Amino acid sequence: MEALVASAVGVMTAAGIFLILRRRTFPVILGLSLLTYAVNVFLFATGRLALDAPAVLNKYKEVPYTDPLPQALVLTAIVISFGMTAVIVMIALSAYLSSKDDHIDMNAHDSVDAPGEDA
Amino acid sequence: MSLFLIAALPFLGAVFPALLIRAGRNAAASAAGLTTFLALMGLLIHIPSVMRGDVVTARFEWIPALGLNANFMLDGLGFLFALLILGIGLLIILYARFYLSREDPMGQFYTYLLLFQGAMVGIVLSDNILLLLVFWELTSLSSFLLIGYWKHLPEGRQGARMALAVTGSGGLAMIAGMLILGNIVGSYDLSVILQNKELIQASPYYLPALILILLGCFTKSAQFPFHFWLPHAMAAPTPVSAYLHSATMVKAGLFLMARMWPVLAGTDAWFYIVATTGLITMLMGAVIALFKDDLKALLAFSTVSHLGLVTMLLGFGTKFAAVAAIFHIINHATFKAALFMTAGIVDHETGTRDIKRLGGLRHLMPITFTIGTIAALSMAGIPPLNGFLSKEMMLEETVHTTWLHSHYLVPGLALLAALFSAAYSFRFVSHVFLGPERHDYPAHPHDPPVGLWLAPAFLVVLVVLIGLNSAAIVGPLVAVVSSAVIGGEKLPYYSLKLWHGFTPALYMSVVATLGGLFLLSLHRHEEKIWNALPRPEAKVIFDTVISVLTRLSRLITDTLHNGVLSRYAIIMIGFTLALGYYAYTTGTIGPETRKALPIQIIPLIGWICLVGATLAIMWFHRNRLLSLVLIGVVGLIVSMAFNYLSAPDLALTQISVEVVTMILLLLSLNFLPTDTPWDSSAARRWRDAAISVVAGIGSGALIYALLLRDFAFPTISEFHLANSYKGGGGTNVVNVILVDFRGFDTFGEIIVLGIAALIIFALTEAVLGTNVRSYLLNRKPHWPQSGDSHPLMMVVVTRMMMPIALMVGAYIFFRGHNQPGGGFIAGLVVAIAFLMQYMASGYTWAIERQRFYYHGSIGWGVLIAAATGLGAWFNDRPFLTSDFGYIHWPPLEEFEWATAILFDTGVFLAVLGAVMLALDSLSRFAWQPGMAQEFPMDINPLRDNQPQEEENKEQV
Repeated sequence: MEALVASAVGVMTAAGIFLILRRRTFPVILGLSLLTYAVNVFLFATGRLALDAPAVLNKYKEVPYTDPLPQALVLTAIVISFGMTAVIVMIALSAYLSSKDDHIDMNAHDSVDAPGEDA
Repeated sequence: MSLFLIAALPFLGAVFPALLIRAGRNAAASAAGLTTFLALMGLLIHIPSVMRGDVVTARFEWIPALGLNANFMLDGLGFLFALLILGIGLLIILYARFYLSREDPMGQFYTYLLLFQGAMVGIVLSDNILLLLVFWELTSLSSFLLIGYWKHLPEGRQGARMALAVTGSGGLAMIAGMLILGNIVGSYDLSVILQNKELIQASPYYLPALILILLGCFTKSAQFPFHFWLPHAMAAPTPVSAYLHSATMVKAGLFLMARMWPVLAGTDAWFYIVATTGLITMLMGAVIALFKDDLKALLAFSTVSHLGLVTMLLGFGTKFAAVAAIFHIINHATFKAALFMTAGIVDHETGTRDIKRLGGLRHLMPITFTIGTIAALSMAGIPPLNGFLSKEMMLEETVHTTWLHSHYLVPGLALLAALFSAAYSFRFVSHVFLGPERHDYPAHPHDPPVGLWLAPAFLVVLVVLIGLNSAAIVGPLVAVVSSAVIGGEKLPYYSLKLWHGFTPALYMSVVATLGGLFLLSLHRHEEKIWNALPRPEAKVIFDTVISVLTRLSRLITDTLHNGVLSRYAIIMIGFTLALGYYAYTTGTIGPETRKALPIQIIPLIGWICLVGATLAIMWFHRNRLLSLVLIGVVGLIVSMAFNYLSAPDLALTQISVEVVTMILLLLSLNFLPTDTPWDSSAARRWRDAAISVVAGIGSGALIYALLLRDFAFPTISEFHLANSYKGGGGTNVVNVILVDFRGFDTFGEIIVLGIAALIIFALTEAVLGTNVRSYLLNRKPHWPQSGDSHPLMMVVVTRMMMPIALMVGAYIFFRGHNQPGGGFIAGLVVAIAFLMQYMASGYTWAIERQRFYYHGSIGWGVLIAAATGLGAWFNDRPFLTSDFGYIHWPPLEEFEWATAILFDTGVFLAVLGAVMLALDSLSRFAWQPGMAQEFPMDINPLRDNQPQEEENKEQV
C-alpha cells in the first residue's frame, strides 16, 4: 500500500511541476492543482497509513485510531487551495481577456527561448 | 519630572506645531518652544541629585524576551547632553521663528525639529542599548527630513540622501556591534554593561564589536573618511545646521564614545583607531576649512575638525584627556552654534554666504560683528575666551602622548591643526567683517531684529563668562560629567584656569595664533596653490559608489526576477532539490520499523487509474478540455483514497471541493483558448521533464521512507485523541481539532477564504469596467451552443434535488462534531445545491431569485465565529475555548450541544459565501443582454394552459 501511495505522490508531483513550467496560464493552473493533490496526500500520509481506523471515537470498545492531526491540517488545506485556485483562475482570465494573451511571462516574446521550431 | 516624560515630551509636542500653524507662525513657534521649555525644566529639576553624583532612573519592561527595556537613566553625561539639546533647542526655536521666511512651511519645520529633539534626548537618556539604537535610527530619519526641508532645492535633497545613507549605514553597523556587546555581557542594559570592562576587553569579540560601534560613531560624528556628508548637509536651513551640525546630532557619536569609554577605552586598538582618526580628521578639516568660500562650508569643516579634536581626546584613553574632551564639547557647542547663527544672519541680511563677496560689514552690522568676532576668537583659542581653555588642555595632553614611539608626531600635528584653526577663525572675522565697506552686496545689510541676534548673543555671553570664570560656572558640571565618563573613578588633577604658567601648551598656543595670522596674510597665494592641487571630490566618489551599487542590485534583480515566472519556479525547485540532496547525502536514515500494508486489488486499480490519468494529463495537456476531465479523475481517486485510508472527513471535503473546482475551471475555459500551442523547444521540454521527474522521485522517496518508519518523537496526536471527547465534547477528533483545539487556525483560514472570494469579486468588477465587457458581449463561443440550454429534465431533477441536498447539508453539519462532517463540508454541499440551480436554469434566472448576498454570508460567518470565540472571555477563558453540555428534549433522545457548533456555523456561512461569490463572479463574464428569461427552462412549462392568450396577442 505504502509503495502505491508514495509512487502516486511522486507521479503527481512530477506531472504538476512539469505543467507549472509551461508558459501558458491554463496548464500552470492544472499543474498547481496536481501539485496540490500531491502535497495534500503527502501531508496526510505523514500521519502514516491505516485501514478501517477513522479518528472517530468509539464509545463501546477499544479500537485503534489513525492520526487525526494531519487530517485536520489537510482538510483546511483542501478548502484554502480551492480559494487560491479560484483567485489564480480569475487573475489568468482577467489577464487573458484584457490582453488577449495567456502567456504567464511578462516578456515571453523576447525571452531566451526564442520560438523557432516551436510553433 | 519622570525621565519618561522628558523623553516623551518632544514627541508629544511634535503634534502641536503641525496643527497650530493654522493659528499662525507665532502659535506654532510658541508651542514648540513651550514643549522644549517644559522638558528643559523637567531636566533642571534633577540638578541637585545629578550634582550629588546620583543616577536618576526610570525603568519599564517593554519586551523583556528580547532584552529590550524602556529603561532611562540620567547621570552627569546624559544631563550635559540633554541640557545642550534642550537648551540650544530652545534658542534655535526662537532663532528659526525669525529666520524662516513666509513661504517656508513653519509648522512642518517645528514638528521635524521636535521629533529630532525627542530622538536625541532619547539617545542620551537611554539605559538600554537596544532602546538607544531605536532612538539613534530615529535621529537619522528625522535629520533626513530636516536637511531636506527645502524640498525644492536639489542640493537639499541630495545632501539629505547622502546624510541618511552614510549615518544610516553606520547605524546598521552599530546595531551589529551593540548586539555583540550585549551578547558578551549577557544584558542590554547600559548600567550592567558599564560594570563589565574586564569581561568585554578579554572577549575575542571585543575588536569586532569595537570596530562596528565606532563605525556608527564615526559616521554620525563625521569623522574621516565619513566626514564628507556634513558639508553637503549644510544645504539645510541655517537653524538646522546650527542645531544638528554643531550642537547635537554630530555630537551623538561623541556621546556614545564617551558613554562607552569606561568599557571600551584603554586598549591599544581603541587608542590607535580612535585617536588616529580624530587626529587626521582634526587636521584635514582645519586645512580644508581655510579654503572654503562658503561661510557655512567653512563652519562645517571647522566642525569636522573640532569633532576630530574631541574624538582624539577620547581616543587617548587617559582621564585628563576625557575631562578635556567634555570641557571642549561644552565650549564648542556654545561658540559654534553662535557662529552658525551669525552666518545665518549674514546670509539673511546680505543675501549671500560667499566670503569673496563679503567684507567690511563691521559698521553696517555692529551687533552681528561683535557676536561673530567673540565666537570666532573663541574658536581660534584666544584668551580669555572658553575656546582657549579647552584647546590649551588638548595641547597639554598631546605633549604627553606617544604614537608608535614618536613623541613629536601627535603634538606636532595637533599644533598644525590648531594653527590652521586659528587661521580660518581669523579669516571668518577679517574677510567678512573687516576690510573696506563694499557697495555690491546683493542686499542692503543692516543688523537683524532682536529675535535673530538674541540667541547667539546669549551664547556669546556664555563664551565670555565660561572663559573668565570657568571653575565657578561650569566647574562642578565638568567634574560630574567627567566622573560619569571615566566610570566613577577618582578624577585626575586638572584646573580650569586661564593662566597655568609658562607651560609647553602656552608656547604652542602662541605659535598657533601667530602662525594663524601669518597664514591668513598669505591667504591669496595659498589659495592659488590649493586650487591647483588635485583633490578627490567626495561627492563624485559617493555618487559613483552609489550608482555602481544601484546597477549591481538592478543586475541581480533583473537576472533573478526578470518577469519570467517559469524561471522563478525553476530556481525554487532546483534549490529545493539541492537542499534535499544535501540532506540525503549528509543525514542518516533509520531502519524500517513499520510493516507495509498488503496491496489489495481495488486500490491497485485506483492507482492504475490515477497514474494513468496523471501521465495522460502530461501527455495531452495541450488539449485543455481533455486534461480537465482527466484531472477530475485524479481528484476522484484521491478522495476515494482518503476514504479508504481512514479519513472520511477528507474524502467528503475533497469530493465536494472537486465538484466546485471543476465547475470553476470549466467556466473559465469557456473564455480561454481551447488548446495550448507549443511554446517551448523540445530541448526545453526535456529539461523540464527531467527536473520534474527528479522532483517526483524525491518527494515519492521521501514519503515512502516516512511511511515505513514510526515517529521519531512522540506526537501530540495522542493528546487530541485523549481529550477530544472529555475536553471538546465530540467524538469526531478531526472536527474537534478544527473547531476547538486549533480553532484559531480555522478562524484564520475562513478569513483567508473570505478575502480570496472578495479579491475575485473585486477583480471581476475591475475587469468588467474596462473594454473587456464589450469584447465579452461580442464574443463568439468556442463550441456550438446547445439548442436546449436549460433542459427540462435537468431543471426538474435539480429542483427536486434542492431540498434533499439542503437536508443532507444540514445533516452533515449537525453530525459533524461526532461523525464525519462539519461546517466546511456542509458549506460545500449547500453551495453545490445552489450551483445546480444556476446550471439548470441559468445565471440570470437564479440571481433574480437570490435572497441573500454572498458578501454578507462571508461577513456573518467570520463575525459569528469571532463572537463565539469572544464568548469564552465572559467566562474568563482564553479566546475560542469551547463549552458543551447535554440537552434532553422529550421525546427526542438526549443530544449534545456545544458552543463549537456556533463556531462551525460561522465556518459554514463563510465557506458557502466564499464558494458562491467566486463562482458568481466568474459567471458574470458570460452575461449577455437578453439572457434573462421569464421561465426556468427554455420551454414554457405552462404553455398548454395559455395558447389562447398567445394567439390573442399575435392577433393584436
